[in-house]
Amino acid sequence: MLPSVQKPIQYVGGELHATIKDWDLLPDDGTIRWALMYPDAYEVGLPNQGVQILYELLNERADTLAERTYSVWPDMEAVMRTHGIPQFTVDAHRPVRTFDVFGVSFSTELGYTNLLTALDLAGIAINASDRTDDDPIVIAGGHAAFNPEPIADFIDAAVLGDGEEAALRITDLVKQWKADGRPGGRNGLLNKLATDGVAYVPSLYDVDYLADGRIQRVTPNTVGVPWRVSKHTVMDLDQWPYPKKPLVPLAETVHERYSVEIFRGCTRGCRFCQAGMITRPVRERSITTIGDMVQGGIAATGFEEVGLLSLSSADHSEIGEIAKGLADRYDGENVSLSLPSTRVDAFNITLANELSRNGRRTGLTFAPEGGSERMRKVINKMVTEDDLIRTVATAYGNGWRQVKLYFMCGLPTETDDDVMQIADMAKRVIATGREAAGRKDIRCTISIGAFVPKPHTPFQWAAQLDWETVDKRLKALKAAVMNDKNYGKSIGIRYHDGRPSIIEGMLSRGDRRVGAVIRRVWEDGGRFDGWSEHFSFERWERASTEVFAGTPVSLDWFTTRERELAEVLPWDHLDSGLDKDWMWEDWQDAIREVEVDDCRWTPCYDCGVCPTMGTEIQVGPTGRQLLPLTPV
Amino acid sequence: MARQPDHPPPPPVVQWLAIRYAKRGRLRFTSHRDFARAFERALRRGGLPMGYSAGFTPHPKVSYLGAAPTGVASEAEYVEIGLAEARDPDDVRRDLDAALPPGLDILTIQAAAHRGLADRIDASYWRVELPNGEQPAVASAIERFLALETAPVDRLMKDGKRTVDTRAAVVGMAIARDGRSSDADAQWHGDNAPCAIIDMVVRHTTPAVRPDDVLTALRQAAALSTPVTPLVTRLAQGRLDEALPAPGELPRLADPLAPDAVATGLPPE
Repeated sequence: MLPSVQKPIQYVGGELHATIKDWDLLPDDGTIRWALMYPDAYEVGLPNQGVQILYELLNERADTLAERTYSVWPDMEAVMRTHGIPQFTVDAHRPVRTFDVFGVSFSTELGYTNLLTALDLAGIAINASDRTDDDPIVIAGGHAAFNPEPIADFIDAAVLGDGEEAALRITDLVKQWKADGRPGGRNGLLNKLATDGVAYVPSLYDVDYLADGRIQRVTPNTVGVPWRVSKHTVMDLDQWPYPKKPLVPLAETVHERYSVEIFRGCTRGCRFCQAGMITRPVRERSITTIGDMVQGGIAATGFEEVGLLSLSSADHSEIGEIAKGLADRYDGENVSLSLPSTRVDAFNITLANELSRNGRRTGLTFAPEGGSERMRKVINKMVTEDDLIRTVATAYGNGWRQVKLYFMCGLPTETDDDVMQIADMAKRVIATGREAAGRKDIRCTISIGAFVPKPHTPFQWAAQLDWETVDKRLKALKAAVMNDKNYGKSIGIRYHDGRPSIIEGMLSRGDRRVGAVIRRVWEDGGRFDGWSEHFSFERWERASTEVFAGTPVSLDWFTTRERELAEVLPWDHLDSGLDKDWMWEDWQDAIREVEVDDCRWTPCYDCGVCPTMGTEIQVGPTGRQLLPLTPV
Repeated sequence: MARQPDHPPPPPVVQWLAIRYAKRGRLRFTSHRDFARAFERALRRGGLPMGYSAGFTPHPKVSYLGAAPTGVASEAEYVEIGLAEARDPDDVRRDLDAALPPGLDILTIQAAAHRGLADRIDASYWRVELPNGEQPAVASAIERFLALETAPVDRLMKDGKRTVDTRAAVVGMAIARDGRSSDADAQWHGDNAPCAIIDMVVRHTTPAVRPDDVLTALRQAAALSTPVTPLVTRLAQGRLDEALPAPGELPRLADPLAPDAVATGLPPE
């Protein structure tokens, strides 16, 4: 069967550090079995940190086994349907349906149709209400789980926030339920998960709507189920140094490096950024734990690149010492260090120079996000154009040849002129860069994405810009850049059309009524919507029109409509800790172009997370240093 | 003047190691690029003093010899590596084997002052297992194939369709005496029912004639039926012994790691 499909290696498992355990670890079916899925192709899913962390953590338990499964490409799906082969795990090739828990991690809403493919191939009923006691409990996690309402029909539960402690807690609850003789069947277990507070169980909540289509209220329909479900926050990351032994695939994947999360959370306060809002507060991993993890990770994997991950890596209180310490340790060993997500300031060039000591100086990436000074005030990205130009000049002066700049189009209050200023900025970058480098062969690439308003951010009330206007602005920008005689050839411009973002917008801020659209699209052949060659806007548009016919809601209603403070949002009963009044204030500040500081270095501005969640900011400096490694 | 790397040139290679490895079970789906990535990481994990190329992007000194196709198992794949410090080949064999996933297994390593494996390999010994294949039908297909003057097969390549003459490349083909599959990975192939086994020695040509090309010829020209996907394994590679084989035997291959010995096509223990 496998010889007939593309890249068969992605379906066979056998990665270094993959774990295959006996099906029965304990007598009397006492074993707790997790199938973990990243709902995208293997090459994208395998490197996912969340899945790898839970995989390792769960397999460390003597009473638990965890295996992985990924989305199969359409050629493989066809072969599997022809031969009656169910969705299987890559580790031991076991059918997903035979596991106790089927955990699916969603980084993006565009993976929803892939969930339906996996359920259907697995032989698990697509609608949660049709499932039997023989089916696993289907649990969604990842950032998209902060509004799982559009997939409420298809999942049994959702976990909000950090997964480490929650997965272990769920394992304990499943274990106890099995040991007790499965009281109440699958509903008994779901009740238990809900009343414990570890997970959100959509079927235990009723949603009522107003005549105009807005939500009237969301209420628990079962005694003991909490009105609001809170996110999980892991404190003291030094206690959770995972992954220790990351999977090393044979197949080629999108990230081929050992990644260490150097801190979790971000309080920069960028108003568009869902990740920064839902992962608060900032919790740093200490310099010594980071050093130990890098040392162990390289020894265990043989990767040549180490990524220091976080939402804004240069903000670690000891990033300078970390970069220098690691560069010293691996001097001359062909190990390169990378630092994704850096902010725009000169300090980062020193840092980048340090990190590239063992490698090449190719490209540096910055994300001003907004093209004009005004726009950057609206989104609270506190960087002036002069800062940016100074930073870029230093970069070119230090031998860097290429700078990439990330922007968004379609931000609240944006005008045509705000977008055109991206071109002016790029030209200034090249002019300054040529001067600083003393040569003309430098390049600048601008990459632009369409903005999608996300739940649990101050922009959750904003109207999403229609895709026609987004496309018009980007086309005008491209023409302005390309037609410039002096600079046009030195500037590259990359963007996608605005239509997938509209669908992402509906899936992000939609409610339970969107589920029928997802199902219709999937039945119509929708797969891999995150891939432009598979995505079909027409299919989504057609399904929305059909499903919403005769109702007050529509694709536009979910996307380009601005919401009022009084409206009940579909995710209001899911608690990210952010105070709704604070978020509204911040939304109003955005419109007034008022900025807000980072609470790591300035007093608390009462976003609400720490008191609500019982958490605190955990940052250094520890004052410790990385000692040189001595060969044993 | 061309830009020069600002680091000193790497130390020279002092020892070449010729390595024979196997690609087994489900890892037969490893492509040559997949293997190269896994192997170079294993070199790093094994802490070997690799020689590197000079230049802006130093590459470890590794040369791969023509890999068995993706999906084809092998007991006889070869690769050569250059070390900047000499090492005991037995230690390297142990460390590298431990650093590779089970299924990619290091079999033997031999040290040399220069690289030269490519000159000692010009043919492969392949074993094809046909699940549910019937011995008499397979035997007659082989007979018909061997009686052909030419057996052209079309193959789709990156640059379009090419025709290869499979008959010219096949220097020997016979039905194996033992008719039981060696495949322990029953997950992918169902039961281990008796099957017909074809052994063949195929000369390395350009473009290469692969075992599935020969199977295509057997189907097209000799009416062989293969309802279930055949399992193909490369058992040996080496230099073809031009002496005529004894009647009923396949031509012999000289073992590239021990040119005086004969690679019989039997898996090493």
